[in-house]
Amino acid sequence: GSLMMISARAFGDNAQMKEHHYTGPVEHKFSPYAFNGGTVLAVAGEDFALVASDTRLSEGYGIHSRDSPKCYKLTDTTVIGCSGFHGDCLTLTKIIEARLKMYKHSNNKNMTSGAIAAMLSTILYGKRFFPYYVYNIIGGLDEEGRGAVYSFDPVGSYQRDTYKAGGSASAMLQPLLDNQIGFKNMENVEQVPLTLEKAVQLVKDVFISAAERDVYTGDALKICIITKEGVREEIMPLRKD
Amino acid sequence: TVPVNGSEEGKIKAPKPMKTGTTIAGVVYKDGVVLGADTRATSEEVVADKMCAKIHYIAPNIYCCGAGTAADTEKTTDMLSSNLTIFSMNSGRNPRVVMAVNILQDMLFRYRGMIGAHLILGGVDCTGSHLYTVGPYGSMDKVPYLAMGSGKLPAMGILEDRFKGNMDLEEAKALVSDAIHAGIMSDLASGNNIDLCVITKEGVDYIRPHRESIYNYKRQAKYKYKPGTTPVLNKTVNQLELVHETVQMMETAGSS
Repeated sequence: GSLMMISARAFGDNAQMKEHHYTGPVEHKFSPYAFNGGTVLAVAGEDFALVASDTRLSEGYGIHSRDSPKCYKLTDTTVIGCSGFHGDCLTLTKIIEARLKMYKHSNNKNMTSGAIAAMLSTILYGKRFFPYYVYNIIGGLDEEGRGAVYSFDPVGSYQRDTYKAGGSASAMLQPLLDNQIGFKNMENVEQVPLTLEKAVQLVKDVFISAAERDVYTGDALKICIITKEGVREEIMPLRKD
Repeated sequence: TVPVNGSEEGKIKAPKPMKTGTTIAGVVYKDGVVLGADTRATSEEVVADKMCAKIHYIAPNIYCCGAGTAADTEKTTDMLSSNLTIFSMNSGRNPRVVMAVNILQDMLFRYRGMIGAHLILGGVDCTGSHLYTVGPYGSMDKVPYLAMGSGKLPAMGILEDRFKGNMDLEEAKALVSDAIHAGIMSDLASGNNIDLCVITKEGVDYIRPHRESIYNYKRQAKYKYKPGTTPVLNKTVNQLELVHETVQMMETAGSS
């Protein structure tokens, strides 16, 4: 029998082969966006903040890189996690870093976490009609040294939170954090304040679970720990399959 | 959230059937056939089953790996197996692999590709060891080595590099296992463990799992909830009242 070469692209969404004989003009729409996967998580404590992300960069069913972290350090007290379309993540973080420098040169001080959050909101809304396809979460210390988390949508709506998950496995992580950090859906439980050690252990455990069930999350976990001493990093391996 | 592609708003989409998003492979060696598969089943981007069995029983001497729509591969292989069992009982013979292939081709062609089953059939019969692939439209190919599914490209890379005719058992098992492993590492929709099935004229060795996933990261904390964490707000007990009792005698097959 003759060998028929079938490339992976020939299979459409329902595992049916796409028609190769066309019945008329076919419109091919160019999409300026791609989805590169990745999950980001931030937690705020009494005197610390954590921003964690996996390091897998994927597209479709393939992996571009196993070592592409999604946390970017902005200042000694602020880290931002960006997931979504990698091209827009890179450009957005470049723009934020440039604006931080401009602020430092005009005002002779570093931007505070709250100020960075407010600025990011206006940068994102500036492209309201051709958005940055990025889900941002900022983690840092506020002016009083307390942990702060700010979460955004792609066009700049934001609010301050205690904890937030974003990216591809966010729907799996957020309910667990609501339960373990926010003590939701539980009664008769002692509501102890979250320590740094407990928060790091919780973040590692939830990412292990996310890597089990979300195909876009895996390879390694990078946690940026922000305290008054500065920003410290911890790396842990995750599933590579 | 922002609708990035505005034209999708308001359209109701039919629920998508679960696909196995797979890497499957098969190789003919000196004494028979080795089939291999990963064990991950995905439903869009979520892993639905971490220990899914993709190597299906067709006959005592024929097994089939299935990629594509999970329900389609299950039901098609079940139906094929039933048909061949009836044939065996009628004729008193073990079915031949080519018969299984023809039945599959007839059925899949009749359904015009609507059954999304991409299958690798392997078996040993009185005419020798055979490996076939059958596509969803009813196409067929007879080859000495093969890979299918979303991870077929990385798996084929390993097979093309190291396949040779008349390998011995350990070599063939290592080759199929490494081909599936390449699919597992490179393809997001394949993962977890590797199952193997070795078919010879002596019999079948279904090795599940042949290679377990090395990734078993233990969680550091125990997430257990004490009784009372979900409080009982209200309790109503309805006693079932015995109203009427009858006894009915029935003839069973055992009685005479």
